[in-house]
Amino acid sequence: MNKVKKMFSANIRELSLVIVMIAIAVFVQYRSGGNFLTVENISDMLAETAVLAICAVGMMFVIVTGGIDLSIGAIMALGAMAGCTVLKNNQSMPIIAVIGIAMAVGFVCGIFNGVLVSKLKILPIIATLGTMNIYRGITYLVANGSWIKQQEMGAKFLSLATGKVLGINNLIIIAVIVYIIAGFFMTKTRTGRKIYAVGNSEESARVSGIKTDNTLIMVYTLLGVIAGLAGTLYVCKYGVAQGETCTGYEMNVIAACVLGGVSINGGTGRVPGVLLGAILLGILNNAMPLIHVSSFWQEAIRGLIILLSIIANSLIQRNVEMKALRRRNI
Amino acid sequence: MRNVSDYILELKGITKIFPGVKALDNVHFQLKQGEIHALMGENGAGKSTFIKVITGVHRPEAGEIFLNGEKVEFKTPKDAQNHSIAAIYQHGTTYQFLSVTENIFIGHEKMTKFNTIDWKQMHKDAAELLKRLGSDIDPHTNMGNLTVAEQQIVEIAKAISTNAKIIIMDEPTAALSKRECEELYRITEQLRDEGCSIIFISHRFEDMYRLASRVTVFRDSQYIGTWDVDGISNDVLISKMVGREISQIYPKQQVKRGKEIFKVEGLSKTGYYKDVSFSVHEGEILAMTGLVGAGRTEVCQGIMGIERPDSGKVILNGAALQIHHPSDAMKAGIGYLPEDRQKQGLILDWGLGQNVTLSTLEKFTHGSIINRREERQRSKVLLEKVKTKALSVYDKASSLSGGNQQKVIVAKVLSSDIKVVILDEPTKGVDVGAKAQIYEIMSELAAQGYGVIMISSEMPEVIGMADTILVMKEGRVSRIFEGDEVKGITQEKILEAAMDM
Repeated sequence: MNKVKKMFSANIRELSLVIVMIAIAVFVQYRSGGNFLTVENISDMLAETAVLAICAVGMMFVIVTGGIDLSIGAIMALGAMAGCTVLKNNQSMPIIAVIGIAMAVGFVCGIFNGVLVSKLKILPIIATLGTMNIYRGITYLVANGSWIKQQEMGAKFLSLATGKVLGINNLIIIAVIVYIIAGFFMTKTRTGRKIYAVGNSEESARVSGIKTDNTLIMVYTLLGVIAGLAGTLYVCKYGVAQGETCTGYEMNVIAACVLGGVSINGGTGRVPGVLLGAILLGILNNAMPLIHVSSFWQEAIRGLIILLSIIANSLIQRNVEMKALRRRNI
Repeated sequence: MRNVSDYILELKGITKIFPGVKALDNVHFQLKQGEIHALMGENGAGKSTFIKVITGVHRPEAGEIFLNGEKVEFKTPKDAQNHSIAAIYQHGTTYQFLSVTENIFIGHEKMTKFNTIDWKQMHKDAAELLKRLGSDIDPHTNMGNLTVAEQQIVEIAKAISTNAKIIIMDEPTAALSKRECEELYRITEQLRDEGCSIIFISHRFEDMYRLASRVTVFRDSQYIGTWDVDGISNDVLISKMVGREISQIYPKQQVKRGKEIFKVEGLSKTGYYKDVSFSVHEGEILAMTGLVGAGRTEVCQGIMGIERPDSGKVILNGAALQIHHPSDAMKAGIGYLPEDRQKQGLILDWGLGQNVTLSTLEKFTHGSIINRREERQRSKVLLEKVKTKALSVYDKASSLSGGNQQKVIVAKVLSSDIKVVILDEPTKGVDVGAKAQIYEIMSELAAQGYGVIMISSEMPEVIGMADTILVMKEGRVSRIFEGDEVKGITQEKILEAAMDM
């Protein structure tokens, strides 16, 4: 009994998200006349959310260290654009090579962010605001004003986003793999532990002998690599790569993290929570058109729900902290 | 019968309790109208807490405050301000990025009749205030561009601008040069002549002789006495300041001093410390003492590579170390227990187990994957070693008392393979029971052959625990007491070496 209680309180953030999700699902199912909870719609929705969910993992690493990366959308675009430009001229090249190019570009972008933040001690929000514009600018240069369209990408590449394994969309499978690795990484490995340590108290971590600079560079680099992957999947899904790809996407990614209980102050955040945060955003995006919410209202409602969930979350958190304080009995 | 209005400010029976510590214990104080009154005492004697009671920052658990014979109660700093009390704190409370004018008038800005800020008037008034103090600081400059001495003058101007009649200065001369001190003396005397009453806290006897007419001494959170400065001597004052008996039993084991294992040569860092050299032997406890700001912590942080020194050598077992980062020092075998345990020692949100193993994760990882069971067992063993049996490895560090937190950090330091351990104020803010246990652990460490360096401001613990006493003064090694010298050491001798006479 005690153990159940303990588990419950440890996962209370996630549980509250699940409850919100169920409430929305029931409501939408009812209003849409049963069109929401169908295998087809759910599978569509998850495939739609997969890219966001993958990005959110990368962002989570960074936010847990107390940072933020505004350049994620630009890295996605630049990586995808680089990969697709090469692909355009070599239709026969393997998909993995396209992804590899995008990830390599993301790697370089990420390291640059990491060095700015750790070695040059520039505030993450400022550093990545700058690089966001730089990476976006380079994307325009690479795109040179033109779009890379479906036919230039070739059917083989596009099949990555539409293909299925065992009836499950490839994107979902890739996202699941990313989440399994990330969950393992954050909870079971030394490096994951160090990321949390740096986010909780950079000073303590440093005095404890952790090379905090290296940890910071690593998380930004990981984010870059993940953004490269996600960018490729994104253009593959929507069948077009251009200069404007993923503009403003960073805000969705950050929203997913925050919804999932990752504290902007750093130090806390769990991989399952981030997954739920991303899915919740996905549900909102999918459900509102289904029940014919005017597109003018959609944005506002999404914002409202994000705010409400976060308020609920922080109330729960405060309650937990109060209980801990009461236990001290002073 | 004494006339009540003899004293502009009088405090009776003030007691202030922080969790686990009595910071002020039934303290009295009387300030005469128009006098400069020196307040002296060792580090931790309770002076700063006392000031914060007067200025309404802390509310005492017991005691009464009288202004001109009338009983008052300060609920907030604003209340004290409204009663014409102002303080100039040891560590400036200035806004570095705001102008001098803004700093002076913050909280009581001058307004125009349209209820907007009257900049013109404020700049003019600021310039006048500063001129009155004999200073030509431009009120438009940013506070951050001024020297410490100039910032103090601005703070004094701020105090005057609130029409303060009682001004408290908390170690204002600590960071000033000789010439700047003279300037401050002049201004302080001017304030007195204009009718202000001043409480002047300082470690320097010179300040007291130069300015004060009376001196009050605190010791161990208690009021010791008040004397006229005329006719009192250094020796008498020092004995009043340290005069306690060493009542505590120090569980020091007799350990035979082994070979020299650790040595520091000519360690220097511009603006912090210079030419610091000393050595530690196996089984030896070396106490580093001195006044706050003498550079003890900085030296140890330099050794650990937390703030790297400019020059000098750190030698362990005869080999010079290249320390660029704390991890280098730990790998070599030097452990560090930081003074600021909440900020540098622990991750408060984490369980004890994870805290203990943070610096030695590689011991329980196989191919970078943490073996949690092994980690748990190891941290349990370590926590038991430091006598925290009752605690679970899952308890959050933030839920512990200061003493237990300290023990957890000791466990963490011991988790690495160390030969030398540096303990920075290990008993600060720790209750008496936990103190004794920390001494025991320290003694045990020495018996096991570790070289122990303890930074401490508490004279009894220095005398009770140390084999060698290193006294620092203004960033330099002032004296090292060794061998027989330590046996006959007195607090007076240590204080003499630490203080500017």
